[in-house]
Amino acid sequence: MIAVLRQRLPQLVTAGIFLLLFATAGWRYRGENFASAPNIANLFISNGSLGIIAVGMTLVIFSGGIDLSVGAVAGFTNILVAVLVEQHGVNPWAAMLLGLCLGTLFGAAMGAVIQVFKQPAFLVTLAGMFFARGCAFWISTESIDFKNATMVRLADYTVRVGGSTVHPLPAYVLLAVFALGYVLAQHTRFGRNLLAIGGNEQSALLMGLPVGATKIAVYALCGAGAALAGLVSTVITGGDSTYGNGLELDAIATVVIGGTLLTGGRGHIFGTLCGLLIVGTIQSAISFDGTLSSWWTRIVTGALLLAFILFQRLLLRLTQQ
Amino acid sequence: MKWLAPPLRMSEPRHRVWWKSPAVWPLAGLMLLALVNLKFNQEFFSLSFQDGHWVGAVVDIFKNGSTCLILALGMTLVIATGGIDLSVGSVMAIVAAVAAARLARGDALPVVLAEGLAVGLLCGLANGLLVSWAKVQPIVATLVLMVSGRGIAQLITGGFQVRIDSADFNFFGNGFIGGVPVAPVVATALFLAAWLWLRRSATGLFIEAAGDNETASRFAGLATGRIKCLVYAVSGMGAAVAGMLAASSIKNANPLHDGLNLELDAIFAVVLGGTALSGGRFNLLGTYLGALMLQTLTETMYYDHVPSAVAPVPKAVLIILVCLLQSETTRRWLGGLRRRVVA
Repeated sequence: MIAVLRQRLPQLVTAGIFLLLFATAGWRYRGENFASAPNIANLFISNGSLGIIAVGMTLVIFSGGIDLSVGAVAGFTNILVAVLVEQHGVNPWAAMLLGLCLGTLFGAAMGAVIQVFKQPAFLVTLAGMFFARGCAFWISTESIDFKNATMVRLADYTVRVGGSTVHPLPAYVLLAVFALGYVLAQHTRFGRNLLAIGGNEQSALLMGLPVGATKIAVYALCGAGAALAGLVSTVITGGDSTYGNGLELDAIATVVIGGTLLTGGRGHIFGTLCGLLIVGTIQSAISFDGTLSSWWTRIVTGALLLAFILFQRLLLRLTQQ
Repeated sequence: MKWLAPPLRMSEPRHRVWWKSPAVWPLAGLMLLALVNLKFNQEFFSLSFQDGHWVGAVVDIFKNGSTCLILALGMTLVIATGGIDLSVGSVMAIVAAVAAARLARGDALPVVLAEGLAVGLLCGLANGLLVSWAKVQPIVATLVLMVSGRGIAQLITGGFQVRIDSADFNFFGNGFIGGVPVAPVVATALFLAAWLWLRRSATGLFIEAAGDNETASRFAGLATGRIKCLVYAVSGMGAAVAGMLAASSIKNANPLHDGLNLELDAIFAVVLGGTALSGGRFNLLGTYLGALMLQTLTETMYYDHVPSAVAPVPKAVLIILVCLLQSETTRRWLGGLRRRVVA
């Protein structure tokens, strides 16, 4: 029991910080009903795309890699689907499937370059980010509103939570992706292999694990996640080729705040969920306050990132002694 | 081949045959681009003397490429120690915001320049301490400032863009020295200063040693921690110069847009210049040519009426091609091919 607790210390700390933050904000803004059901639902809804991307990013970081292209891939899928559906009359479901496939293929291609040519992941995915963003602008630089009946119906799907109306679609997708990510990471051979590769790639190779296939697959998965996030965003807000600018940084920050070790080999999907909730709570608290400007979100996220990195170093040093 | 230590040397390596120098690749790229332009758009090379200064695409390349070049100089050193500095774009935004705010308050120009440099140095030192003292991976350590930097810049300007009215300050981005824009003169001077400092003293050697094998260097008596701190500080100051140049050329400080994605351009310029990302070696001349080549590519695309938004695509393709060419796997394939052809 103690051993499990020690192993999961970063995630427990993250969960603790989330509860503390949420309780503080809830008490501070109790007049404005911070801790109400609609606001809690909004934590999941307004960060839906970020969360979906963060799950893929968690898996990549498990393997000791990084994917900087996710924001651009989300933007590409976003505008691709919008243009195909609105300007070329393609069936929305077919367009979405195509977007998802392209995202997956793009991720797999980057993974292949990283694995076969032994190039640093951050450089390859950086080039991928330029490529995908350029392609997005190539498709269209104008934002597009949906008139297609299926898309409008999807966007207008609402439920009532605690007396107010919310659009739950991003939250549903987010929770589904988290469930999938949890099963993949914690209960499959693939997840074990990822952590093994992140811990020590050489050893994993010598143990006979399929290192190459696993690494390519994880970048493909991350690309699929980014494409899915693009789909969700296009349904909710319409086509916009600038969508997802800087999203990769937020996703990495979320994963690190969630207690996943950036050198790979250690972490938990549950931590990423807590990290997402922390980022969401900060944003929500800043908007509830009204006197704080929006840029405080970035500064506080950066400060939290710094705190967690230093905390991880400390933890690593303590466990190594 | 990290175990093959570079020979000890105090000056720029003399390659026994000049075409084996890494600087040849960006030079060849530049030549290729020049040939393409010579064939398809001749006006690319037209130079004219108007209103007391030179006008033409070549001048534009030097002028618009200088920001990236200055960043790339600092980045070369950071990469030579095996690190990376992702924060330079955000540091540019912070420094531009500080300079604009101070100028608006009515500070004297030298004071503003000193303050800008000091802020850059501070940011660089923060990165350097995180890497050397806290032993955080460079990507992550500099990510912190990259994420929060634009927020800090917005905090300084109150979320607005700040116009810069000082004619003296704007001279740096818009003025001319002897018919040549000031920015490339500054960039080239910095390049020469860096070359002298690194290759005519032992500093360059120390940086390469720390990047090649940190443990061995420490055992040999090098203060590797301090060297790492130094390179990030230099990179931060380079970002400060670049940020002030950029702000002065558009007479404006824009916290959200200043230096956006420029860290990537700087890294690309370094890689194009033949400095390997694994560290241990650097080639300043290659970086200079790499930055010029990147800018030439961009200007060529402008001339061919490629929309500026699409410009990243060929850049990305180019960088991947260069990486693939430099990789061990490709070399093995090519080597095998050559043997088969010979046999």
